[in-house]
Order: sequence, then structure tokens, then C-alpha cells
Amino acid sequence: MTAFLQNCFAGLALGSTYALVALGFVVIFKSTGVINFAQGGLLALGAYLGYTFSNNLLLGFGVAILLACLAAALVGAGFERIVLRRMVGQPPFAVIMITIGLLFILEPVITAIWGFDNLQVRNPWNINTVELGGLVFGVKDLWTIGLTTAVVIGFFAFFKYSPLGLAMRVTAFDPEAALAQGISARRVYAVSWAIAAALAALAGIAMAAGPGGLSPSIGFIALAAFPAMIVGGMDSPGGAVLGGLVIGLAEALTRGYQDQLFSWAGDNVSIIVPYILMIVILLIRPYGLLGTKDVRRV
Amino acid sequence: MLSVSNLEVVYDDVVLVLRGLSLDVPAGSIVAVLGANGAGKTTLLRAVTGLLGPHRGRITKGTVRLDGEDITGADPAKIVRRGIAQVLEGRRVFAEITVDENLKAGAYTRRSRAEVKESYARVLDLFPVLAQRRKSIAGYLSGGEQQMLAIGRALMASPRLLLLDEPSLGLAPRLVEQVRDIIVQINQQGTSVLLIEQNAVMALAIANSGYVLENGKVVKDGPAADLLADEDIREFYLGSGERRSFADVKSYRRRKRWSA
Ligand SMILES: Nc1ncnc2c1ncn2[C@@H]1O[C@H](COP(=O)(O)OP(=O)(O)OP(=O)(O)O)[C@@H](O)[C@H]1O
Ligand SMILES: [Mg+2]
Repeated sequence: MTAFLQNCFAGLALGSTYALVALGFVVIFKSTGVINFAQGGLLALGAYLGYTFSNNLLLGFGVAILLACLAAALVGAGFERIVLRRMVGQPPFAVIMITIGLLFILEPVITAIWGFDNLQVRNPWNINTVELGGLVFGVKDLWTIGLTTAVVIGFFAFFKYSPLGLAMRVTAFDPEAALAQGISARRVYAVSWAIAAALAALAGIAMAAGPGGLSPSIGFIALAAFPAMIVGGMDSPGGAVLGGLVIGLAEALTRGYQDQLFSWAGDNVSIIVPYILMIVILLIRPYGLLGTKDVRRV
Repeated sequence: MLSVSNLEVVYDDVVLVLRGLSLDVPAGSIVAVLGANGAGKTTLLRAVTGLLGPHRGRITKGTVRLDGEDITGADPAKIVRRGIAQVLEGRRVFAEITVDENLKAGAYTRRSRAEVKESYARVLDLFPVLAQRRKSIAGYLSGGEQQMLAIGRALMASPRLLLLDEPSLGLAPRLVEQVRDIIVQINQQGTSVLLIEQNAVMALAIANSGYVLENGKVVKDGPAADLLADEDIREFYLGSGERRSFADVKSYRRRKRWSA
């Protein structure tokens, strides 16, 4: 039982990271109809910026996180403004290729600045743990879950109650009708990119603060968050969070019971679990767990 | 108030749809625009409110002025802030969100909370149906209620000029009357109205003046009473003639029903 709970906890922590990244995917997809393949690059950029703020500028870790998220948001919004704006009206395929291009640009830029070495981010979490009722909780995992919860609640409150959140929702639903209300689609797009980049940056720093440290391959986590987005339903923010948690749990449990149950499948089976789960769920629910149910009256 | 002169609009850089169209909406009036299928009525509204972009359309000639200020090709947000609101053809309410949220979206460009509250009260007053269903999801409203919501949403911007694109489309006769009365009421409260309609009788009954478009040009204009008495218009819109374009109108109506 203890082992099970321990694995669930690990799954929630991992799932939180996925949820943040997947939420970023969904925010951009929902408002612009584009899957942002650069999400992993933005995540890595955010993590490295966090490293610089914390290690080189010696800022407090909380401040470093905040600044890194802000900086990543600026990069995201700037990219949208400068590059994607020129692509408005072009087929989504072309725009998706451009986001892949951004990923390939970000990677060498990051390694040129920070190198290939594994870096340790100066942070108060580290490998500290707290014990409670026989369970061992990583401080970093607790923070990841807590921060994710706070950010996700904040996001949903923003999305549901703020004028800009409303503008994002209606632009996603009917861009022309939104324009007719005087809602600036450009602003909505830029804000979507900023939010997605900030979420990715937060996920990146949280990961980098863990025992694994920080290396250029950190962006690969976005590949596992991708199925989380699909599982949840591409256009559902709630689905992204749910999908992230489901995938995280599935992955952690598989890893936890690897020796007992999956030894025949080799060591890395937990890595492919997100994709297997994605395929199975899509077979049962083609629009994902919480994908759109159209309420339009016909 | 609104003055469109010599307007030319092209879609996809090749399809010339408006060919030197001129039209005036005097302050405080209701102006009706009639015209068959594809005459360019919706295009005219898009050109005024800056919505040609998403349709790959462009103004190639002419000007749009609002109270003397040139707003040709300005972006939609600016135009809404200048005081023009548009009710799109086919209602286009935001079906996934509540009535209240739809209205809130209509007030997006406005700063003052107090003024928004005032508009909100005015809209609920004008549309008691909406007042009862404020928390309902807009997609579940009836067609008539959705049309009211679309008009109410536009009013939330507190426009000085309201553009309506076929508000009676697909509505039962009683509802058409209701929409008509509401337009009159809105106008009496001080908003000028540009009303696009297939329902010529309804439109001309409440309009001060009217224009008839054909192939992107004004082919007839004048006081509403004169147009209502006009032989050609009676023949064309009241269905007593055998003209070819009338057949277009019929097939067009059928098409609209499918897509409504
Ligand atoms: N996005 C577009 N691209 C190319 N041509 C278009 C586009 N939108 C409209 N048109 C063409 O422009 C012409 C005028 O269309 P418009 O929608 O303005 O007519 P309308 O008078 O509003 O007709 P309806 O009564 O059917 O609404 C039509 O021939 C139409 O095919
Ligand atoms: Mg039209």
C-alpha cells in the first residue's frame, strides 16, 4: 500500500509538470488552431533562464521563477508578434512548421549560451524530503504539485472571469464574431503565446530544481505532455490538466511496478506508456476525455 | 453620420464585388438596404466595420467616413470604439457560453463599469426574454432569442450606429414584427440604424430611406415610402413578377434555410 501511494505521489508530481505543458499546448491550439511544437524549447529556455537568475544573479528562487516565467512569456508573445503575425490566414500546416523551426532555433541558442553540461540550479528544494505517515515526499515534488494547483486555479479564474479570458474563449469559438465585438484577435494570440510560454517555463524550472538537474534534453518532457493534451481533448484546458495527471500517474505506476509486472517489456516501458494510453483513449473517445461537445443549435 | 462613397471591394484580389457604391446614413435615421442574393450587402457592412480581412477582401477604392472622420480600412476594434456595432448575418452568438457572457463580450471595448452596467440594464429592459435566461447557454436559446441576443450584444458596445444584417432571417412572422419594433425602439433611443433586409416590406415600413443594390452598385434609392410604392420593387420583392433574379431570390432563401 505504501509503495502504491508513493508511486501515486510521484505520478501526481510528474503529472503536474505534464499538465502545465499540456495546458500551454491547449491554450495556443484553442485560440489559434495551431499545435505549438516549440513548447519544449520554451520550457528549456525558461529553465535555463531560471538557472541564470538563481545561480548567476543570485536572486531568490521564487523571484528567479517569476522572472523566468515573465521572460519566457515575452519571448513567446514576441515570437507571435514578429513571426506568426505574418502568417495569419495561412494554412495551419505552414504555421506548425514554423513552430518546429522555432524549436530548432531555440535548441542551439540554448546550448551556445549554457553549454551541454548538466547544471544544478541553486534552489531550496533540492533533494530534501519530508516524511509523513511512512511516506516520503520530495520537497520539490510537493512544491511542483502546489504551484501547479495554484497556477491552474489562477488560469481557470482568469479564463472564466476576466475580460481577456472571455475574449480568448470567444475568439476561439468564432474569430469573426469576436472581431465584430471589437476584440483584437492579435492581442488574444499574443496573450495565448505568453501564457503557454510562462506555463512551460514554470514546468521547466520545477523539473530542473529536481535531482535530475538541468541539461538541454529537458525539453523532451514536452513530447510526453503532448499525449496528455491529446488524451484530454485538444481544445479543453480542463482536459489538458486531467490528461497530464492521468499520463503522469500511468507513467509513474508503470515505472513503480516495472520489476514485478513489466519486466518482460524492458526497462523503458514507462516512457512509451503515455503514447499507448493516448492511442487507447483515442480509440474509445476520439475527441479525448473532455474534447468539444458542440452545443451549437442546428 | 455614416457616409460611404464610391466604394470598391475586391475578394481574393480578383473578385470585384462592390463597384463604386455610395450611401449615406443621416444621424438619427433608419436606412434600409435591399438587394438580392450576392448583391454585396454583407460585403458593404464588412467594408464599413473592417471585417474584410478574414475573408481575404480589400477596399481598393473609395472612402468610409463616420461623422466626417475617415475610417476606411481601420481595424475592427477601433471602429467599434468609434461607435459602430454590427449584428452579423446569421446571428453568430457565442453558443458555448451564457447569455450574460455574450453580453459581456459585446462590451469588451468599453472601459467604464458604470456605463457597461447601464447598457446592460438597457438591453435587459429591451429584451425581457434575455433577462429571464441570463445564465442559460446561448446555444440552447431559440432562433428568435438568439437574434435578440445578437442585437443585445451589439448594443452593449453602446453604438451610435447599429448595422443589422438580415435580422429577420428565418424568423416566424410574429418574431419579425417583434424585431421590427425593437429596431424602431433602438432608433428612438438615439441610435442610427443601417438595416439590411430581404424582407423589403418590413424594412421599408420602418426606414426613413432605402437603397437597392444589384451587383455591387446602387440601382435605386430614395425615401422609403417612394421605394415601397415603386413598381419594380413591388414586383421584385412581393413576388408578382417573372424576372430571373427573382428565381435567384427563391433559391437563395432555400439555401439560407439549410444553413440556418
Ligand atoms: N470571402 C469571399 N471570397 C470571395 N467572394 C466572396 C466572399 N464573400 C462573398 N463573396 C462574393 O461576393 C458577392 C457578394 O456577397 P455578399 O455576401 O456581400 O452578398 P449579400 O448581398 O450579403 O448576399 P446574401 O443576401 O446572400 O447575404 C457574392 O457574389 C459572393 O459570392
Ligand atoms: Mg449577406
